[in-house]
Amino acid sequence: MLDGLRRHPTLVFIALGILLAVLPFLTGATLGNSWVRVLDFVLLYIILALGLNIVVGYAGLLDLGYVAFYALGAYLYAWLASPHFGIHLPFWAVLPLGAALAGLFGVLLGAPTLRLRGDYLAIVTLGFGEIIRIFMNNLDHPVNVTNGPQGINQIDPVSLGGFAFAGRHEVLGMTITGPYFYYYLFLAFTLASIFIAMRLQHSRIGRAWAAIREDEVAAAAMGINTRNVKLLAFAMGAAFGGLAGGLFASFQGFISPESFNLWESILILCMIVLGGMGHIPGVILGAILLTVLPEALRYIGDWQRAALGHVVVDPNDLRMLVFGLALVLMMIYRPAGMIPSRQRKREFAAEDGVAEQEQASLYDTKA
Amino acid sequence: MDIFLQQLINGLVLGSIYALVALGYTMVYGILELINFAHGEVTMIGAMVGLTVIGLIMGLAPDLPGILVVLGGVLVAIPACMLLAYSIEKVAYRPLRKAPRLAPLITAIGVSIVLQNVAMLVWGRQYISFPRILPEGQYELLGAHISYLQIFIVVLSLSVMASLWFLVQRTRLGRAMRATAQSKEVAALMGVDVDRVISATFLIGAAIAAVAGVMVSAYYGLAHYYMGFMLGLKAFSAAVLGGIGNIAGAMLGGMLLGIIEALGAGYIGDITGGFLGSHYQDVFAFFVLILVLVLRPSGLLGERVASRA
Repeated sequence: MLDGLRRHPTLVFIALGILLAVLPFLTGATLGNSWVRVLDFVLLYIILALGLNIVVGYAGLLDLGYVAFYALGAYLYAWLASPHFGIHLPFWAVLPLGAALAGLFGVLLGAPTLRLRGDYLAIVTLGFGEIIRIFMNNLDHPVNVTNGPQGINQIDPVSLGGFAFAGRHEVLGMTITGPYFYYYLFLAFTLASIFIAMRLQHSRIGRAWAAIREDEVAAAAMGINTRNVKLLAFAMGAAFGGLAGGLFASFQGFISPESFNLWESILILCMIVLGGMGHIPGVILGAILLTVLPEALRYIGDWQRAALGHVVVDPNDLRMLVFGLALVLMMIYRPAGMIPSRQRKREFAAEDGVAEQEQASLYDTKA
Repeated sequence: MDIFLQQLINGLVLGSIYALVALGYTMVYGILELINFAHGEVTMIGAMVGLTVIGLIMGLAPDLPGILVVLGGVLVAIPACMLLAYSIEKVAYRPLRKAPRLAPLITAIGVSIVLQNVAMLVWGRQYISFPRILPEGQYELLGAHISYLQIFIVVLSLSVMASLWFLVQRTRLGRAMRATAQSKEVAALMGVDVDRVISATFLIGAAIAAVAGVMVSAYYGLAHYYMGFMLGLKAFSAAVLGGIGNIAGAMLGGMLLGIIEALGAGYIGDITGGFLGSHYQDVFAFFVLILVLVLRPSGLLGERVASRA
C-alpha cells in the first residue's frame, strides 16, 4: 500500500488536494460548524509553528517569547484596520507590514543577545514576551494606544474586491459562513509557508543554520557569518509570527493581551518539540495534535458532567499539566520528536560519538 | 529625599529576597551550566507549603507567638522544597546531562509548567493571604519607615548568605562544589562524587528558595500559584547582573536589582512626565538584563569567559 503510494506521487498529491479542498465541509457536516473554526486555528498554528521552527528547529535558538511577534502582528493589524484609530487599510497592505514590523523587532531583540550563549537568548526572549504584554496591558493611557486589558475590537475582516470573508454568503445555493472562507485563505498562507520553510531548509542559508546549530565555532571557521545568519533566522521566524498575528486579528475581529501570554509561546514550542524539531511534517503534526487535543479534551468535561453530575477536574486546568509532562517525557525518551528528521535523530542519539566527544578529552578547555 | 530613602529601603528588602532566589540559579548554573528554570516554581511551592503549615499550626495552637508559627512553616517548607528539587534533578535533568544544550532547558520549562499547574490544582487559583501574625511596627529613619518585618527579612537573608559563603568556602562539601564547577571530570578523578555534589547543590538551592518563598509571601502578604514565574525571572536577571555562576555576584545582583526596581517604580512617573506609571515595575528587571547582556555579558563580578560553548 505504502509502496504503491510512493510510486504515484502525483496521485497522492491530487488526493491530498481534494481532501484539503473539501475538508471544512466534511468537518462541518460530521462534527459541526464549531469544528470548522478549530480547523482554521489548526492552520494558523501550523504557520506559527513553522515560523518558530525556523528559529528553534533550524538554527537551534530557543525563543521563548515568540508570541510577542504574533502579538505585534495582531496589534498592527488592529491599529491599521479598525475603528480604534479610524484607519481602514486593506489586509494585503497590512499583513506584510505586520510581518515586517515583527521581523524588525526580531532583529532589535536578537542583535544584543545572539552573540551570547543560547540559554541567555531563551531568557531574554521570555522577558521580551512579558514586556510586550505589560505594555499592551498598560498603554491605554495617557494616549490610548492598545486599549489596555479590554483589547481592540471591531477589527475589519479580510475582504477582497468588496467580498467580505466574514458573515454569510450564498454560494451555489448553500449558506456559507466566515470560517469556511477563512479556511481557504489560511490554507493558501499555510501552503505558502510550508513551501517557504521547505525551500529555506535546503537553501544555502538553511545549511548555514544547521551548521550553526551543530557547532557554532566550526560553522564560523567555515566562513559563516554566524551573527548575521542567526539574526536572519530570528527575523524570519518573527515575520512568520507577525503574519499569523495579522491573520488572527482579522479572523477573530477582536484582540486583547490575554491572547498573547507566555503559555501561547510554550504551546507553540510544544508543537515543534512534540512533532519533531526541524522537520516540517513533524511540526505540522504537532500543530494539528496540540490544537485539536484541547478541543477534544472539552468532551472530558462533558463526560464528567454526565457520569458524576458535575465537573470534578476542569480539562482546561489539565491541559497545561499534560503539556508540561509531555515536554519532559519527550525530551527524555524521544528527544527528536514523534516524526524526527533523519538528521536530527542522529544528533540526539549519543551513540554516534559526536556528543560523546565533548567529554572525551581532559585537556578540552570547555567554555 | 525621604521618598528616595524609602524606595532605597524597600528595594533593599526586595533585593535581599531576589538575592536568595538568585543564589539557587547561580549555584546550579555554576556547576551544570543549566538554567534551572523550575527554581522559581520551587520557591513558589516553598511559599505554598509554608503558608499551609502556618495555617495548620494556627489552627492547632492559636496562642503560639507569630514568629514561632512562621518558623514552623519555614522548617516544613525547607525539606519539602529539598525533596522536590532533588526529584526534579534526578528525573528531569540527570538523564539529559550529556544531551544537547536545548534539551535540559526544555525539560526545565516542562517541569516548571507541571509544578505551576499542580500548585493550581492543589491550592486553587485564588490568592492565599498571609495571616497577620508577625509583630507589626516600624522605626523611623530620616523620614523613611522601616518595618520589623523588613528588618527581619534583610537580617535573615544576610545570615543565610553568610552561612552559604561559609559552606562554600570553608567546608569539604564546598570545596567539592567549587572543584566540580571548575571541571566535572577532574573533580571526579580527585575522588569527588560528582552526582552527589550536584544533588547537594540542588538541595541547598532549594532550601534557600523555601526560606525566600515564605519571606516573599510574608512581605507581600499573599501567595499565588503564579508567583514563582516572575520571581524566578527577576532572580535570574539578578544572577546574570552579578555574574552568573558567581555566588557573591548573585547577592550583589539581587540587592542591586531590588534597588533599581524600587527606585525605577518610584521615579518613572516623574521621569517620563506621567507617561509611564509604576505598573511598569516588572519591566525594569528585563531592561537591566538586556543592558547587562549588551554591555557586560559576564556580569558585574563574573570572570570573562568565552561567550560561546
